[in-house]
Amino acid sequence: MSIRSSIAVLAVLAAVGLLTYGLLSKGSSGVSLGEVAPAPTMPDLGGGGEGSLAAYRGRWVLVNFWASWCVPCRQEAPALERFQHQHGGRDFTVLGIDTRDLSGDGKDFVEKYGLRYPQLRDGNGDTAHDFGTTGVPENFLIDPQGKLRWLLRGPVDGQYLREAVAPYLPDTRS
Amino acid sequence: MLAVALLVAVPLGGASAATPQTSLTEIESEVMCPVCGTLLELAESPQAQREKVFVERLVRAGKSKGEIKDALVAEYGDAVLALPQGSGFSLSAYLVPIVAFVIAVIALACGVAKWRRAGGDADPDDSAPAGPSAEDSERLDADLARYDL
Repeated sequence: MSIRSSIAVLAVLAAVGLLTYGLLSKGSSGVSLGEVAPAPTMPDLGGGGEGSLAAYRGRWVLVNFWASWCVPCRQEAPALERFQHQHGGRDFTVLGIDTRDLSGDGKDFVEKYGLRYPQLRDGNGDTAHDFGTTGVPENFLIDPQGKLRWLLRGPVDGQYLREAVAPYLPDTRS
Repeated sequence: MLAVALLVAVPLGGASAATPQTSLTEIESEVMCPVCGTLLELAESPQAQREKVFVERLVRAGKSKGEIKDALVAEYGDAVLALPQGSGFSLSAYLVPIVAFVIAVIALACGVAKWRRAGGDADPDDSAPAGPSAEDSERLDADLARYDL
C-alpha cells in the first residue's frame, strides 16, 4: 500500500473513530423493570455534601425527578410530601432529584412546598439521562436491592401513590 | 470640599460596580437551553425563561461574560456552552477542522504538482493535432488528382 493510500485510510479511520466516540459517549440510556437502577453520586441540593441512590440500599426508594420550572411537579409535590410523611422511615423514603434546574430555584421550591424528604441535584441532567427520562416529573420505585420495580413517566397524585406504590412497601403489605 | 468630593464619588463608585459588562443578547447566543437542546436565544421553554432571568441578574450585577458562563456551567454542566471548551477531548472540535484543512491543502498541492509533471501546463500549441503523415499526404494528393479539381 502506497503512502498516499495509507494516509487516506488513516484519515477515514480517524473520522469514523471520532463519530463512533461521539455516539458512544452519549451512551445508551434507560433502565427497565427488574434492572439495577443507576446510582451515581450527586450533590445535595441543600449544599454541604453529596448523595447517591446507593446509600439507600436496603430501603425502598421512590425516586422523583422534578424541576422548579415544571408545572406538574408543583402539583405533585404536596402529594409526595404527604406520602413521605405517612410511609417514610427505616424501610422507605421518597428521594427527590432536581434536574436541569437552577440550584437557587430548586431550594426555593423545596422551601415553598415544605418538602422534608432528601433532595439531590442533577444540574446537567446526566442522572435523568441514565434513568431514560423524557421529561419531568417522572417517578421510579427502587427496591431494597436497588432494582427498578415500578415507574411512571408523569406526575403522581395521592390516590395513585396509595394504589400503585403503597402495596409494595413493607408497612402496608402484611 | 472633601465632603462634596466624597458625596460625588460614592454614588459613582457604587454605579460603576454594577455597570453591565455584557448583555443577555450577547450571552444567549453562546449558551444552550439544556432542556430544549437549542441556543438559549431560540428557546422559549419555562426552563429557558428561568435561565434568561438568571443571566440577566448576573448581567445587572456587573459580571463579565466569562463569569456568567462559569456560573451557568456550575449550574448546568459543560453542555450548557454552545461552543466546546478548548481543552480535553473538546479541543478536537477545533483541531480536527484545522488538520483536515491542512491535509486537504497538501493533497491539492500534490495533485497540482503531479498534474503539472504530467504535462498539464504544456503550451496549448504543443497539443495541437499534428499534420497528416507523408503517406496520408500522398494518398490525399492522389485522390485530388483523380477528381481533377
